[in-house]
Amino acid sequence: MIEHVVLRHRLPGLENINQLAAYQASGGFDAYRTVVTSMTPQAVIDLIKASGLRGRGGAGFPTGVKWSFLSNRFPRYVVANSDESEPGTFKDREIMERNPFQFLEGLMIASYAAQASTAYNYLRGEFWELAARLDAQIAELHAAGLLGKNVLGTQYSLAVHNHLGAGAYICGEESALLESIEGKLGQPRLKPPFPADRGLYGQPTVVNNTETLANIPPIVARGAQWYRTLGTESSPGTKVMCLSGHVANAGNYEVPFGITFRELIYGLAGGIRGGRALKAILPSGASAPILAATDKVLDTRLTYEDVAALGSQLGSASIILMDETVDMSWVAMKTTHFFKHESCGKCTPCREGTYWMTHILDRVQAGGVQAADLALLSDVTQQIGGKCLCPLGDFATSAVVSSLKLFPADYEQHVAVAAAVPAKPAARAKVAQPVS
Amino acid sequence: MSLLQKYPDEVAAILARYPADNKRSAVMPLLYLAQRAENYVPAAAIDEVAVLCEIAPTQVASIVGFYTLYYDKQAGRHRIQICTDLPCALRGADEFAAAVCAHLGVEMGGTTADGKVTVEGVMCLAACDRAPMFQVQNGAGLTFHENQTLESVKALVAKLQTE
Repeated sequence: MIEHVVLRHRLPGLENINQLAAYQASGGFDAYRTVVTSMTPQAVIDLIKASGLRGRGGAGFPTGVKWSFLSNRFPRYVVANSDESEPGTFKDREIMERNPFQFLEGLMIASYAAQASTAYNYLRGEFWELAARLDAQIAELHAAGLLGKNVLGTQYSLAVHNHLGAGAYICGEESALLESIEGKLGQPRLKPPFPADRGLYGQPTVVNNTETLANIPPIVARGAQWYRTLGTESSPGTKVMCLSGHVANAGNYEVPFGITFRELIYGLAGGIRGGRALKAILPSGASAPILAATDKVLDTRLTYEDVAALGSQLGSASIILMDETVDMSWVAMKTTHFFKHESCGKCTPCREGTYWMTHILDRVQAGGVQAADLALLSDVTQQIGGKCLCPLGDFATSAVVSSLKLFPADYEQHVAVAAAVPAKPAARAKVAQPVS
Repeated sequence: MSLLQKYPDEVAAILARYPADNKRSAVMPLLYLAQRAENYVPAAAIDEVAVLCEIAPTQVASIVGFYTLYYDKQAGRHRIQICTDLPCALRGADEFAAAVCAHLGVEMGGTTADGKVTVEGVMCLAACDRAPMFQVQNGAGLTFHENQTLESVKALVAKLQTE
């Protein structure tokens, strides 16, 4: 079930492809050479469209289609989103550490397709050591004539720069990321206009996730048809699944889209630590609704469409597993503290709502919470959901709403005994009903 | 001494990465440079970065305030930042963080009496499969420490405190 399209460094004999010579010996930069010397930018876009490659950062938007939206103005920019900050995600880091040149080659091919002569790789600030290595690797590519003026003797010129963030989850949102490169607070922009029209410095810009870009060289080298032999019709290719939490063997697993949760967790990752029962799954880090680990869920295929049909999201496939000992109200408390910390403060519902949710959830953990508090919690989630500029507000409510719905007993165990409940909770509960 | 006097080549290299009419983009890398000597951004550096980036000092200060890896106040020479986010917490990070604090005799967020080490709880650091883990931030940058035990932290802290 394991495939190595992106994590090629895991193949025997390719452990050293983080060295330029070893990468080139394995066919590295042949795709870039082909593209720059013999393909038009439009032909590259058409090829990526035909492959069906979808963005791996979370949204799953078709990459070639995204490229085709670029407005006809210049200069254009390509930006790699290596901000990787979703709790439970650690795939882009492995790609950039162990197979950096495949990622850079993908970024360079994307830049050619976009007719951009400058590309930025935005890394989260914590990837400091990684950025230093990438700086050196980019310098090697300049020395090898693969970057710089007149690449490989053609008219095409390209420079790639790393840009370190400084500890802000919101910069993974592409418009906030662009603001951050511009030297501003990482706060999302109102869309439209989309980056393809007005991105970095107001110019047409492509923003792609690290893993997405790492898929591009093999697609160019082996063709769109080959790529479509992997995965499913709607989710072609492979995905690096990040498994964390109570799994026996945590780590990255690159598999074709379409294997099931059960095959991944029990077939590849050794099941649950200590042989305990699996209680719940967060399929997309802290951001998407929790799934109860029912047989139906475990037998669901890991594709964008199948996980969405369960009422959650595959997202960046940061799969956090929780065993039977976990109190899901504690999980909601943890994720809510994360979003309160990471809210950029631009939209009031998110800024204030995450604050109030943490207060209530802290009270739940402290014990002595009242039934009306849970209704109030539910009410606050409704005041945030769908009312913010970017998805962070919605993300912040996902674990709370889903855990209240799927695991009410986990909350009720913290409710103070009936005698301690004041006489009027029903009135507050009534206020908490949806307004529409 | 100003950043330009101390690190002339690095300042030039940073500015060269961005379009000449968008010098503001250099604010984040310049702030890392400003933080190098003392692991926080001194007030004078805010003014200098503002001049280099052709923006107002208050705009530079807002960047320091918004992004968590910049500091406007001095703390320990080394900041041990332990991830206590959900995936790490499921693998014992909260208990680990408490044990580290107890060993150093500080509350979370506190600094040891010798001023060498500050302990902080932080959000996800993209190393969930190797919890418990933390990063150490000092003026020179950040390093990751993964699959940690209390023993390994004790050894590291002893090393940091003798530097």
